[in-house]
Amino acid sequence: MATPTAAPSDRIEEQDGDITYIRTDRELPPVAIIDRSPITTRHKIIFGIIALLGAIAWAVIAFFRGETVNAVWFVIAAICTYVIGFRFYARLIEMKIVRPRDDDATPAELFENGTDYMPTDRRVLYGHHFAAIAGAGPLVGPVLAMQMGYLPGTIWIIIGAVFAGCVQDYLVLSISVRRRGRSLGQMARDELGAVGGAAAIVGVLVIMVILLAVLALVVVNALAESPWGVFSIAMTIPIAIFMGLYLRFFRPGRISEVSLIGVVLLLLAVIAGGWVAETSWGTDWFTLSKVTLSWCIIIYGFCASVLPVWLLLAPRDYLSTFMKVGTIALLAIGILLARPIMEAPAISQFAKTGTGPVFAGALFPFLFITIACGALSGFHALISSGTTPKLLEKESQMRLIGYGGMLTESFVAIMALITAAILNQHLYFAMNAPAAQTGTTAQTAADYVNGIGLSGTPITGAQITEAAASVGEKSIVSRTGGAPTLAFGMSEVLHQVFGGHALKAFWYHFAIMFEALFILTTVDAGTRVARFMLSDGLGNLGGPLKKLRNPSWRVGAWTCSVIVVAAWGSILLMGVTDPLGGINTLFPLFGIANQLLAAIALTVVTVVVIKRGLVKWAWIPAIPLFWDLTVTLTASWQKIFSADPKLGYWKQHSQFVAAKEAGKTAFGSAKTPDQIDAVIRNTFIQGTLSIVFAALVIIVFVTGLIVALRAVRGTGRPLTEDEPVPSRIFAPSGLIPTQVEREVQKQWDALPKSQTKSVGTSAN
Amino acid sequence: MGRAAEIANQIGWYFSKLSWYSATLMGDNHYRRYAEHRGRTHPGEPILSEREYWRMRHDASDANPNPRCC
Repeated sequence: MATPTAAPSDRIEEQDGDITYIRTDRELPPVAIIDRSPITTRHKIIFGIIALLGAIAWAVIAFFRGETVNAVWFVIAAICTYVIGFRFYARLIEMKIVRPRDDDATPAELFENGTDYMPTDRRVLYGHHFAAIAGAGPLVGPVLAMQMGYLPGTIWIIIGAVFAGCVQDYLVLSISVRRRGRSLGQMARDELGAVGGAAAIVGVLVIMVILLAVLALVVVNALAESPWGVFSIAMTIPIAIFMGLYLRFFRPGRISEVSLIGVVLLLLAVIAGGWVAETSWGTDWFTLSKVTLSWCIIIYGFCASVLPVWLLLAPRDYLSTFMKVGTIALLAIGILLARPIMEAPAISQFAKTGTGPVFAGALFPFLFITIACGALSGFHALISSGTTPKLLEKESQMRLIGYGGMLTESFVAIMALITAAILNQHLYFAMNAPAAQTGTTAQTAADYVNGIGLSGTPITGAQITEAAASVGEKSIVSRTGGAPTLAFGMSEVLHQVFGGHALKAFWYHFAIMFEALFILTTVDAGTRVARFMLSDGLGNLGGPLKKLRNPSWRVGAWTCSVIVVAAWGSILLMGVTDPLGGINTLFPLFGIANQLLAAIALTVVTVVVIKRGLVKWAWIPAIPLFWDLTVTLTASWQKIFSADPKLGYWKQHSQFVAAKEAGKTAFGSAKTPDQIDAVIRNTFIQGTLSIVFAALVIIVFVTGLIVALRAVRGTGRPLTEDEPVPSRIFAPSGLIPTQVEREVQKQWDALPKSQTKSVGTSAN
Repeated sequence: MGRAAEIANQIGWYFSKLSWYSATLMGDNHYRRYAEHRGRTHPGEPILSEREYWRMRHDASDANPNPRCC
């Protein structure tokens, strides 16, 4: 794309007390305001009260023992910490590292074309960014992490977001905005050189494949043997196609309208699922095994990747954006109104022993691996670079969008944690322990969970069956993956506020549908993105592969789609047939992959900060980077080298190989020779992937270190920031405009329309 | 009477804000913005119809999909 050349700028600064107004054109009102006024006494008092309230809430959560810790304290602790973090830490990052320049045009203003580059109102972009970063990860991770009690998870979700996740999202966004919205992979190549860049790109691709596989596994586990769930999810496909056709041929551009229709149809599908599941034909048709379901999702993923976007992908995305924002708001209201009480202990026995059934390993590092997205998510770096910069009006809004967006995601994770913590703990473990332990029937599951030393009244088989019936399911034993547990907790919260017991089963399936909907949206968008990454990467190798760079070459598109789908599809099938229980062996790999992606992003960011000469402030991205590397490399080390077969993939591998050589037909969780072979194969793949991930990230980190050292010595390559172009639009920075911003906005609004460049971005 | 009208106004104001938000977030007003943008940058030139505009948008995202997070 041709870069608009910088018009000769007459930059004019006007000082008025603590406030500086910057104009880039004599004829126009100011485009930027620099406000250096000190914090007012009123604000000091307000933030003092918020800090105090937060401290009280933290004290209640951390030190109040007894069985009546109310969920509301978690909400208060989280929100107060977020407010303080956003006002002070994010502000520090803004002043010392980001140094936004509102007199420079953002990529959205510079390349505005009314299509993909479009300066967008900050409040809308905040919603847009949030909808793009929020997915199933922050919902599922905290649920699984509940095995260690609510306290470690709560601390990491909140503190991790403030010091790691938000910092990553904010800084990646800021460096991408200064580079015309370039993607993480491109920035890695520009800043780290060819080797580091190539390792980062391959890393992103491999990591994406494992993410897609594990997300698909979560859906399969939630839908298997559940005709109600399968029916309502299956209906989302015709609903999406209907929406696609409506927008294409009937009323183009009426997206809110068609999304509302879609949501109503979706609710009908959830209700109808209850009726269908009661009929004999419904049970026959829609009771699918995990393997069948996996094949359905694999075929679906392939179709979504090669079908035109308007038919399936785009309408699904509208639907899932609508549902995401709506359901999360609904859950927040539900928690505040129902004010449930925690059932989980603050710190469970498994936090100390590391022998929990949900995932193996000690609190350090596996709690951090499991929670992943709610506190720090590498995947967000792909959104913060690329999509969001193309819509951003002003650099100073990045704090709200990047840092603030991640705070909201962290809050979603806290709500997921609450819904898991309010469940009866016996029930929680009955749902989340793998089938090899619970034995799949209600009675064996009850015996198992009563025997693992939980506090509280033991559970009976009849109670487990009753719990399943209350949500319209035949069984909830070993519904691993986190989604069913979350749905159960959500139905627990929501039925108390909306609709009573009669609606409990509806809310459960509503929650399942909501999670599956946006996991599938991630799967189909992810497959498509990975397909393009693959064809780009292969195309760059040159020779006959060059042809792959042409996206409209159908043969290439199909081949790359097949490769990507086969990659995640085979891991998915491996997970559903794994005798050891797919989630507890694969979820750590998912967490490690995501956290390693974060390590790549943080390396790039730290290198850029050092190259800009801000060595003094490099600790801001370096602390989360080193923490993240310590966690993930320790976890990788244990997964590769641990002598404990529950933890180490290779140890398990060698034990099963030995068993096979000794001619055994059953060993451990494997009951047949085929299952022994399956474990041998699976542990080999999982172990290999662990090694590949760790190796790629070490390469990226080491090249980053070299580049950073060279920069400090002054011998490095120059920074690749683009030449700034003066801005000709104005927009407020924060959520609520300040008095000064309102006045400047009035001057802009008073201009005749033809003079203003940006229009239609503000309300009314 | 005055009070009721005031409340109705207030509700109407919230509703219009909400529908503006949803329209901008989902993309209902993207075509209008595109038309205005073309009118400003290429005055007098013919512009795409709304139907063609959305075809172009979807074709573009066909080749350049937006990732969604996990």
